[in-house]
Amino acid sequence: MDEKNSVPEKEFLQEGSLILSSSPHIRTSMTTSRIMLQVLLCLLPVVAASIWFYGWNALRVILLCMIFCVGMEYLWCKIAKTPHTCKDFSALVTGLILALNLSPLIPWWLCLIGAFIAIIIAKEVFGGLGQNPFTPAAVARVALLIGATKPMTTWAPLPSAFHHFDGVTSATPLSAAAEFSAVTSATPTAAANTQLAIFNSNEFLWNAFLGNIGGCLGETSTLAILIGAAGLVYLGIIRLYIPVAILATITIFIWIVNGISPGTTPGPMFHLLTGGVMIGAFFMATDYVTSPVTNLGKIVFGAGIGIIVCVIRIWGSYPEGMSFAIVIMNALVPLIDKLCYKRPFGWNPPAGTFQPRRGEIK
Amino acid sequence: MTNILIAAAVLALLGLVLGILIGYTAKRFAVEADPRIEEITELLPGANCGGCGYAGCADFAKEIVENDANISSCSACSEENFKKIAEILGKEAGNREKQVAVVYCSGDNHKAKRLARYNGLNDCRAAAALSGGGKTCRFGCIGLGSCARRCQFGAIEIRNGLAIVHPELCEGCGNCIDICPRKLIRLVPATSKIHVYCNSLEKGPVKRKACEAACIACKKCVRAVPDSFNAQGFLVRVTEDSNLTEETIREIACPTGALDTVAHHTAANSGKEGAA
Amino acid sequence: MKNNMPIHPKHFEGGIHPADHKELSAAGLIRNIPLLDKYTLVIQQNIGAPPKLNVQKGDTVLKGQKIADAGGFVSVPLHAPTSGTIGEILEIPGANGAPVQAVEIISDGKDEWCEPMTPYPNWRDQNRELLLERVREAGIVGMGGAAFPTHAKLSPPPEKIIDTLVINGAECEPYLTADDRLMREYPEQVLTGAEICAKILRISHIVIGIEENKPDAINILRRKAKRNRNIQIIPLHVRYPQGGEKQLIYALTGRKVVAGGLPMDVGCVVQNVGTLKAIADAVTEGRPLIERIVTVTGTPVKDTGNFHLRLGTPVEKALEAAGGLQSPVGKLILGGPMMGFAQSSLKVSVSKNTSGILFLANDEVRQFEAGPCLSCGRCVDACPMRLLVSTLSKVCENERYDLAEENYVLSCLECGICTYVCPAGRPNVQHFRRAKAEINEKRRKNK
Repeated sequence: MDEKNSVPEKEFLQEGSLILSSSPHIRTSMTTSRIMLQVLLCLLPVVAASIWFYGWNALRVILLCMIFCVGMEYLWCKIAKTPHTCKDFSALVTGLILALNLSPLIPWWLCLIGAFIAIIIAKEVFGGLGQNPFTPAAVARVALLIGATKPMTTWAPLPSAFHHFDGVTSATPLSAAAEFSAVTSATPTAAANTQLAIFNSNEFLWNAFLGNIGGCLGETSTLAILIGAAGLVYLGIIRLYIPVAILATITIFIWIVNGISPGTTPGPMFHLLTGGVMIGAFFMATDYVTSPVTNLGKIVFGAGIGIIVCVIRIWGSYPEGMSFAIVIMNALVPLIDKLCYKRPFGWNPPAGTFQPRRGEIK
Repeated sequence: MTNILIAAAVLALLGLVLGILIGYTAKRFAVEADPRIEEITELLPGANCGGCGYAGCADFAKEIVENDANISSCSACSEENFKKIAEILGKEAGNREKQVAVVYCSGDNHKAKRLARYNGLNDCRAAAALSGGGKTCRFGCIGLGSCARRCQFGAIEIRNGLAIVHPELCEGCGNCIDICPRKLIRLVPATSKIHVYCNSLEKGPVKRKACEAACIACKKCVRAVPDSFNAQGFLVRVTEDSNLTEETIREIACPTGALDTVAHHTAANSGKEGAA
Repeated sequence: MKNNMPIHPKHFEGGIHPADHKELSAAGLIRNIPLLDKYTLVIQQNIGAPPKLNVQKGDTVLKGQKIADAGGFVSVPLHAPTSGTIGEILEIPGANGAPVQAVEIISDGKDEWCEPMTPYPNWRDQNRELLLERVREAGIVGMGGAAFPTHAKLSPPPEKIIDTLVINGAECEPYLTADDRLMREYPEQVLTGAEICAKILRISHIVIGIEENKPDAINILRRKAKRNRNIQIIPLHVRYPQGGEKQLIYALTGRKVVAGGLPMDVGCVVQNVGTLKAIADAVTEGRPLIERIVTVTGTPVKDTGNFHLRLGTPVEKALEAAGGLQSPVGKLILGGPMMGFAQSSLKVSVSKNTSGILFLANDEVRQFEAGPCLSCGRCVDACPMRLLVSTLSKVCENERYDLAEENYVLSCLECGICTYVCPAGRPNVQHFRRAKAEINEKRRKNK
């Protein structure tokens, strides 16, 4: 063959330079690191809200946690001699979510311990990203909550904040509600009824929606979380199965409990807007690695979380149970995946699907 | 006082009855286990590599004692332990020839011509199904290291896209043989120190185009020492009973370096200089 | 009649819509290219038994002359693309990489037809055995990609009841427009081919599924199909892999082909529009299958478009006809970007199932990185076979092919969606191909 002028632009196609790979030959532009960056982007409103409500202290905690988490990941890769995984930004996301689950007054060394638990114990020892059975940030929060209850649950209004609390401050409404339900379960008192009325008042709920109450950095402002969550959904990072299942289950559960025995606990809106339900539902429970892959599984997973949260809040000794609920349901994910198995296409055709068309056969 | 006595008596009685029961069952349902099986299991390497064809070292030991399996099927067992096992069985140790694996290819990334840039699963069998990886030669080592991952003894090194067996580490279990999609790996007696590292059945000129280190069947070696080489088509093999020495190889000076000594082939930087 | 109409879901569960780049080649008419000096004809261009060559080096052949006989029932003959002499019988790289036997035909420049097979312009009066024999003699295979001999598909075992002929005009693969152009420029042949198939199968109901992004093709065929009220043209949602056999049947008839089953189990026979044109040509004009329509496209190509290429045209000549290259090439693909085969050289030649020749620039090719699976579920949502891809991918990575089999890896279509959507860049399809090969090998051994 006349090889010389068979292809005029030889330099565009050098021999041995073609890429050989299995089909398909094109791919989406979505990559793991891009997903993580987009999650970070969607968390920005929450970060802004936390700085607005808690001042620069919030930023301090956020930066500390992010730096510690990335540092832990880097150290692990160095020591375990595994390829560097810092590039995928997953440690940054873990760090940020962990920070948003801490109190603004938390000392720096608790951030370090939190980062160690989240990255090393909850993630790397299981084999790193993709292998961890439990959501790292939730595990770290649970560990810190049990080990250092006091610093984790102090939310004094800070002089440095850009915004000063009014109305309900310092003590979280959830712990008040928990005490309240413990006292009143036997005989409802007048005082208890007043408290209940406050918690169910529109004014209180509006404050809770804006974030005008005590709580962890990222969990107070439902508004900011919803903005971020809308971003997640818009970018196609999460599907709404898990969050909606969680929120719906909580609403229904509280509604049933209050229906059976009125005055046990404040209304569903109170439970949705306070504590870590919102951030947990949209940003933590939806963690890809630790949630089921099928849509049905996701609904079951979300419903489980909702029920556990309510049980802990109403009858448990802790005022808040979101991170506990997530970790408990994480443990059940393999089982859920097994039970909510999808049959392949055409595996179980409905009986009588195929009936030859009448008059066709000659 | 009486209570204590009653308690003691009941306990003693219970102990007696149970003792008798245990004694009886031990005799009645005893499983005949040859103590030698355990001894031999101890002496076997314990790698459970499966090279003998049995389900593991313990299974092999059982087969040796009960069904008179051939001890020399275990290639990983040391000479010393081998003798001890023979002693336990009361057999003659006999001559057992150690075998090692050899990868019949010397076309690393420098020498073999690149056909395309392979991008995909890091697995030779998967690459073989897909145009056979990135090298032009259809017979040579793909170099993605499926054999190295299979080897339990860490004897296979992937150097520059070429699998190289280190004979001092190789136990000759043969696990790597099946996994190679190109059927490049063969077991040879550990004593044979010289090989033609090429497996291509192509015609000489085609081979030459595809790889600098191919055996192009120039038969220089065959002319020099006719008894030690065996030319089949375009491929020359060293005969099994050859007694070539390193000096002869140096004298022959294979033009492509396909004919090489094991020591030189596996030496750390042989890839760069070609054959001596 | 009304209540007997099947439901048309018009789509299937899962699927994606990648950027299709059809605009690159969809506009212009199908072009002819000048006669080449030499054609390199791959001998086995069909699935099944390889044809047996009946010529030798130095023989003179005429255009359309049979140069290889069918090697069995599931096999078709091969015809010379032009007149000339037989050259070397050599090995060239095949479409999937393994070297294949090929025969060179050196053109004499006259392009002289051999005595043609009898044309049957009035094929409606012929009996079906004759038509079936013609389909076979003309060397027709499935031109959508599988290359399964068409006559074998058109002779289902008598116990299977066939009631619907499903025509695949979906062309869901990105970049390719060959079927689109074909339906626009040869609607008559497509419909005739469909009617011939229906006659052979002794049925009358024909459904043609075309993706909605080909409005011209839909309109033209609708207009032409008015003559036969048994032909139904159904626009389908634009969704890859709409042209997958099982997906297409489901979208057009609502019937589900059971895992491991064939379309004939649910009373359908599927044919590609390209095959229909070949059938019409063979029956009405007596022309064997010696050329096909191929899309030559990709951003590095200067003058993209669709071409009538004779079988055996080397890819480099096709590229020359398309004006050559204008920027560096990273990948050369025979077929579409989702299911086509990457090539390592321009020496490969066009065969009966080559629907496209696609050049991708370096930055368009996304390399696999094989990061850890995040279980994000994108693959699970998109899989048209509803497989649990993330689990499968992990078990295959650990070489647990027994678990892969339990998770129905054998149902995989290899459509490539799971790999396309994977943010971690995992080569899922290659994993599954490997798993399927291992499982099939094990089954063969156990038999």
